[in-house]
Amino acid sequence: MSGFGTPLKIALGLAVIAALIIVPMNFNRYGLFILSQWAVMTIAAMGLNLTLGYAGQVSLAQGAFVGIGAYAAAIMTTHGWPLPAAIVVAIALSFVVGWVLGYPALRVQHHYLAFVTLAFSTLAFLVFRNESWLTGGIYGISNIPRPHIFGLATNKPLPFYYVCLGSLAIVSLAVWWLIRSPWGRAFMALRENPLRAQSLGIDTRRYTLMAFAIGSALGGVAGALYAPLTQYIDPVPFNLSLSLDLLMMVIVGGAGFYFGPFLGAMIAVLLPEWLRFTEGYYLMLYAVAVMLLLIWSPTGILGILDRTMAARRTKAASALRAVAKSRMETVQ
Amino acid sequence: MSAVLEVTNIKKNFGGISAVDGVSFDVREGEILGLIGPNGCGKSTLFNCILGQLTPSDGEVKLDGKVVTGLRPAELNKLGVSRTFQLLQVFPKLSVRENLILAGQEHQGSMASRLVGRSDAGLTETANQMIGFFKLDHLAAEPAGGLSYGQQKLLDAAMAFMGGPRLVLLDEPAGGVNPSMLADLKERLVAINREKNATFVVIEHNMEFVMSLCSRVMVMAEGKVLAMGRPDEVRKNPAVIEAYLGH
Repeated sequence: MSGFGTPLKIALGLAVIAALIIVPMNFNRYGLFILSQWAVMTIAAMGLNLTLGYAGQVSLAQGAFVGIGAYAAAIMTTHGWPLPAAIVVAIALSFVVGWVLGYPALRVQHHYLAFVTLAFSTLAFLVFRNESWLTGGIYGISNIPRPHIFGLATNKPLPFYYVCLGSLAIVSLAVWWLIRSPWGRAFMALRENPLRAQSLGIDTRRYTLMAFAIGSALGGVAGALYAPLTQYIDPVPFNLSLSLDLLMMVIVGGAGFYFGPFLGAMIAVLLPEWLRFTEGYYLMLYAVAVMLLLIWSPTGILGILDRTMAARRTKAASALRAVAKSRMETVQ
Repeated sequence: MSAVLEVTNIKKNFGGISAVDGVSFDVREGEILGLIGPNGCGKSTLFNCILGQLTPSDGEVKLDGKVVTGLRPAELNKLGVSRTFQLLQVFPKLSVRENLILAGQEHQGSMASRLVGRSDAGLTETANQMIGFFKLDHLAAEPAGGLSYGQQKLLDAAMAFMGGPRLVLLDEPAGGVNPSMLADLKERLVAINREKNATFVVIEHNMEFVMSLCSRVMVMAEGKVLAMGRPDEVRKNPAVIEAYLGH
């Protein structure tokens, strides 16, 4: 993404942030719900992007961690605990479970690992559905309260949208810090060449487990926001299809690109809404659009941008070389 | 001179085939030991057994007199044992500089300190010196995957030195490297050997390279040690001539 100048990038970033704060002020209830959902799903997809995009560990269980976070938040807040406390518990719980789920990744990779995580996803769904004493079973948990932040009630859609947006901002900063730290570099080493990584002293076991644990913890954060957003949860939204949706967001946006999940979640959450005017056809159009995109660019939307930039850099570099060469020839 | 590495009776079987069959040798501090032998004679398997990438079926590896057999590659690396690979093993999407920082970052601080500390782990300066030393300056910001084969080989070697290793095992560093770059590489290796007092074991098929670089040469054939000695001695050894030319 080094094709833009830094001041331009900062200006663009500020404009987007300002738009995200100001534009929704006159959105209706439904618009705000969709936008809040985008923020929440972006957080979950950022977690999966860390595990899959950066560290290269396939997971079909991110939806289950959203479920774990959602149930933790729903159970705690309906018993009078404040949401921030519930978020901490959701993070801790999904971090630990994610860590444990990382162990199979030390033995199996790629589609074998996908199947292990898929089985976990099913297991989590069965727990949500069958353990009614804890989760309310198929009836779910209703009347999930929205939090008071600094004494302000966030019951209305707009204030709660800001809660989601603020959380997204915090998570984005944390992930940005993480991926540019030596940990981020070690994650990419896991993805690109674990054998070489080991020979350079990189503890691939510990980093693999960490990639799973941190990615899953972000799923938990998303879940802990999802519960007060919908104010009612049952097991259905957290079945395998959510994991697949999140996987699609990461792939479509561009796995291993920082901004991939933002775009991927936008397409997965907003595009079906925009295509609603086509009535019965919107899901079909959506499916075809995704297929075409991935045929055109298997590395997702940001992959296209990345290739364009790289091509432009190469062109600029060879132009420079040509100039230098002709100058040398003139001197001679 | 004391022995940095002592290898005693290492064996490695794959099913019924014995790839390494009771190899013993030691590597003296500060020397460059060459390891030669026909293809398939067990050189790389021996490396992998020493480095913990394979578990030997039998035998013992000692580093500075301490048994290190069965340690994982990452643990051995932190004890100062580094390596290069026969086939290209750089991180293609990371830039040359990022590859080098990655190669050094695990050698300082704790895992937690690497999360909260500086993003380059304080290694940009060291990486830049290494880039300059291996004459990769103009490529520092390029993705490693875009480099030529020979340049990637140089980067691979540079990465092995980022952690300041005491012992480096180089697996065919000269393979596929053009003659002028090869002279450069040899010069660099000699310089690091002298200045940093690093000890090398070098697997190589390029005889001229081995004979001019190494202080001693070990010859392997069919999983066993055939000869060990000064390059000129080994070159005249009838058993060695037989192994290379006899069949």
